[in-house]
Amino acid sequence: MQWETVIGLEVHVQLSTQSKIFSSSPTAYGADANTQADEVDLAFPGTLPVANKQAFKSAVMFGLAINASIEHASVFERKNYFYPDLPKGYQTTQLEKPIVGKGYITIPCSGSGDSKKIRIHHAHLEEDAGKSLHEDFLGMSGIDLNRAGTPLIEIVSEPDIRSAEEAIAFLKKVHAIVTYLDISDGDMSQGSLRCDANVSIRPMGEEKLGTRTEIKNLNSFRFIEKAIHVEVERQKDILEFGGSIRQETRLYDSEKNETRSMRSKEEANDYRYFPCPDLLPVIIDQKTIDDLKQAMPELPEQRFERFQSEFDLSAYDASILTELRQTADYFESVVNACQDAKLSANWVMGELSAFLNKHDVLIENSPIKPEQLAGLITRIKDQTISGKIAKQVFEMMANGKGTADEIIEAQGLKQVSDSGAIETMVDGVIQNNADQVAQYLAADADKRKKLIGFFVGQVMKVSKGQANPGQVNQILAKKLNN
Amino acid sequence: MSINPEQVANTAKLAKLKINADEASEVAERITAILDLVDQMQAVDTEQVEPMANALDAVQRLRIDQANPNEDAQARRAAFQTIAPVTDQGLYLVPKVID
Amino acid sequence: MKALHELTVAQIQQQLIEKKFSSREITEHYLNRIDTLNSDYNCYITVDANGALTAADKADQAIAAGSRAPLLGVPIAHKDIFCTKGVATTCGSRMLANFVSPYDATVVSKMKVAGTVMLGKTNMDEFAMGSSNETSFFGPVKNPWDVETVPGGSSGGSAAAVAAQLAPAATGTDTGGSIRQPAALCGITGIKPTYGRVSRYGMIAFASSLDQAGPMTKTAEDAAILLNSMSGLDHKDSTSLDTTVPNFTATLDDSLAGLKIGIPKEYFDQRLDTAMADAVQVALAELEKLGAKLVDIELPNSALSVPAYYVIAPAEASSNLSRFDGVRYGYRCEDPEDLEDLYTRTRSEGFGDEVKRRILVGTYALSAGYYDAYYRKAQQIRRLIKEDFVRAFEQVDIIAGPTAPSTAFKFGAKTADPVAMYLEDIYTIAVNLAGLPAMSLPAGQLENMPIGMQLVGNYFAEQKLLNVAHQFQLATQWHTSTPTSLKG
Repeated sequence: MQWETVIGLEVHVQLSTQSKIFSSSPTAYGADANTQADEVDLAFPGTLPVANKQAFKSAVMFGLAINASIEHASVFERKNYFYPDLPKGYQTTQLEKPIVGKGYITIPCSGSGDSKKIRIHHAHLEEDAGKSLHEDFLGMSGIDLNRAGTPLIEIVSEPDIRSAEEAIAFLKKVHAIVTYLDISDGDMSQGSLRCDANVSIRPMGEEKLGTRTEIKNLNSFRFIEKAIHVEVERQKDILEFGGSIRQETRLYDSEKNETRSMRSKEEANDYRYFPCPDLLPVIIDQKTIDDLKQAMPELPEQRFERFQSEFDLSAYDASILTELRQTADYFESVVNACQDAKLSANWVMGELSAFLNKHDVLIENSPIKPEQLAGLITRIKDQTISGKIAKQVFEMMANGKGTADEIIEAQGLKQVSDSGAIETMVDGVIQNNADQVAQYLAADADKRKKLIGFFVGQVMKVSKGQANPGQVNQILAKKLNN
Repeated sequence: MSINPEQVANTAKLAKLKINADEASEVAERITAILDLVDQMQAVDTEQVEPMANALDAVQRLRIDQANPNEDAQARRAAFQTIAPVTDQGLYLVPKVID
Repeated sequence: MKALHELTVAQIQQQLIEKKFSSREITEHYLNRIDTLNSDYNCYITVDANGALTAADKADQAIAAGSRAPLLGVPIAHKDIFCTKGVATTCGSRMLANFVSPYDATVVSKMKVAGTVMLGKTNMDEFAMGSSNETSFFGPVKNPWDVETVPGGSSGGSAAAVAAQLAPAATGTDTGGSIRQPAALCGITGIKPTYGRVSRYGMIAFASSLDQAGPMTKTAEDAAILLNSMSGLDHKDSTSLDTTVPNFTATLDDSLAGLKIGIPKEYFDQRLDTAMADAVQVALAELEKLGAKLVDIELPNSALSVPAYYVIAPAEASSNLSRFDGVRYGYRCEDPEDLEDLYTRTRSEGFGDEVKRRILVGTYALSAGYYDAYYRKAQQIRRLIKEDFVRAFEQVDIIAGPTAPSTAFKFGAKTADPVAMYLEDIYTIAVNLAGLPAMSLPAGQLENMPIGMQLVGNYFAEQKLLNVAHQFQLATQWHTSTPTSLKG
């Protein structure tokens, strides 16, 4: 049977505010356990929450970016359950009146230039929980509440996603939006962006949704993709053998590449939501919304369009360069310094990206700064060096050997454009390759075009890559054809 | 509205309280008496009435996003943890958490 | 000349400045009285003699240096619901029997800034859940007027301490009548301000949308003096009011001529003891003599206040008390088998029966399928009750009636029947639901036991209430009457 996969995502994004959502504790990642938790975060008796203005601004900006309605009055509620990483015994969140209402996010469809709208049901503000550390501490679990109270927006999509690939595209888009808005660092390795996936399948053409399972604990693009794949396969296996799916919460185990039922989450699922009496309705007036709208930074889609029109880039190149704000920023700095968008795009997407991937370095931490790369591109443009030599210079720049000009000077890599010197090299190559010369002379015009490449390669080898390839071609053609 | 011992047990489980089997019916009886009192509300038509969460219908003041300097964080943690039942290496300890 | 413990706060203030005695002298005097008499009444859970003497010495130095902080050197007691840095804060519960707060409640720090000397922490119903002080883990407080009877609750320790002259004044909190009802039963003056007037930060929450702190004193004038220092916007409490705090003492001497006092017929129903009703009428007649006019009014939804309250308060409490889980502070059961066992045994052993009962009621009222019928309904009723008052205050300046349906009752009289105990607060609860200010002041006696009169004001009208109470106290002597046991 042909099955259709139906996915809805709940994405949690940590907001990069200075202080927590309801207390003045700092939110920095990686501090010593429980040193960033004050009496409010630890839920000491008598303590009370006060809501952070920036968290609301960030949420409104996100709402505006996804074409959503902004609720003028939003209300915090308490979601009651006991868990050691939840010090108050309830999570302060929004349910009936979230700050961001219905909206949508556009994702590219794989394999075609088309795009698709994924509807957003709503997005709300809430507080993050602390962390349970499962290593053995005197035979017990350790609780670190530094993360407790970090502001989150939870983005809840409609079940409009049809494949793991679309799910990834959606998440990448969310990632791009929040980083372009600079409301989150989007760092998945630190848990700044996490997601739960509601997955079900149904026979192709069927309208009614199948029973879904919720997969928790997804914190990398790779795991999300794999988890959805294995969960879809699991559901197919069950349904094809006449079984039925149990609605439940499942955990993805990346080591075994499987999902398993999370019993602990099934027991207490009566969360007894009610409006938090310690917090009052938050009123966002139209002026605040208008001001934020005015101050909105360029969004990924706008930049994608601009890169095509302003720099004459292909849609493909523009989409790769705008996927991460940091990449787009880097690229624009290079273009501004060297004034050649095409070469800049090739180098950023080619050498630079390969190098960064190989060494697992983020582009914002690249050892080669945009001005340095622009300096290199400038020397390619003015023919001081060839593309091939440029790759050597790039390696040396990456190893901290200086700017392109310094390296070219120190290593004597300047391109040879002296026609006398090139002629001498060409003569040598013709003399040493008599067989190939004979073949060339016997060939027709079409074949000759192919064969000449051999001679060019030989000359470049002799020149250690420094001969000007244009001149080499010209002189070779002249000498061979005569 | 009344509550039976089984509902009492379920509610106790949600609230993480233990009600011994021999107390369950007495607790149910007392809570039923309270619910009977509470049920006097049901006689009133409130369909058109907006629920009131805060007597003054006040709105939330928002705090400027500024973090405390956190200078004496280690000393503060030590002070907080002197009144904690069980800690180790700055962590609060609980019986093993199993997902 | 009066003994030191007979002085009001106003008199202590004056005489400290006049150097008739030092803060250390009056503090030692009170500590000695507490030492001798506290075991008779069980008013205090904790006495902080060292802290009090240190603070008193500091106050004496400041007085000598010419400082005029409003309550400089005046000893007071705090209800044990307020967090006090370095001093045990138990909330009357086994759960917090060993809890030493690492921070001060805003009320506590404000009173420190005003110059007060804290004698200790007063006994209370566990987590403020009770109307008789019988639910305290530290044993009941006894009413100084008759030690066989309850002092009322939940601020029973504070009320009894003032009545037994073991503190010149104390703080209390009022969620459904917990300042006013014990004030009435112990023959003292107490005011619950408008919701949000006094910060709730550091006051251990019972029902967040109803809780409000206030002073418990010998006189309305003292209440005004204390309230001046307790009130004000606190940025740590989102529900704290951002309005200017008037000087509550400035208007105490205003004339009552032309004052319109509303008398709700619902407060004089069959539940009210007839002798009580007569006594309250006599007190009201006294106010008429002072120029006030009595106007009959109706508060048609007041009968619904107890039902609505017993949904809202337990619901909020069930959630507020979830933080007591044995992980970060407070009681933790011995050798928990697993996480579930840690939670369940810690909470079952740490909380008393009444607290557990209310947690269960609140949990049930919020659980799936019941939210609309209970919690939402109660919040709607709450608006109806508020609207009753809003209409009434279009006609009258204040509302008056009894504080409690009877004088102090015997220990055990209502413990078997929670509903009977809940109805003890029938005249006080509506005010909390509406968030209005109200006070209780001594207004008569029945068989040598004090009777309280309740005055309810419009929003922010504490000044008016204190003015009326002060004028009443200038014309009557009920507030100066002391328990016979103290006279020997």
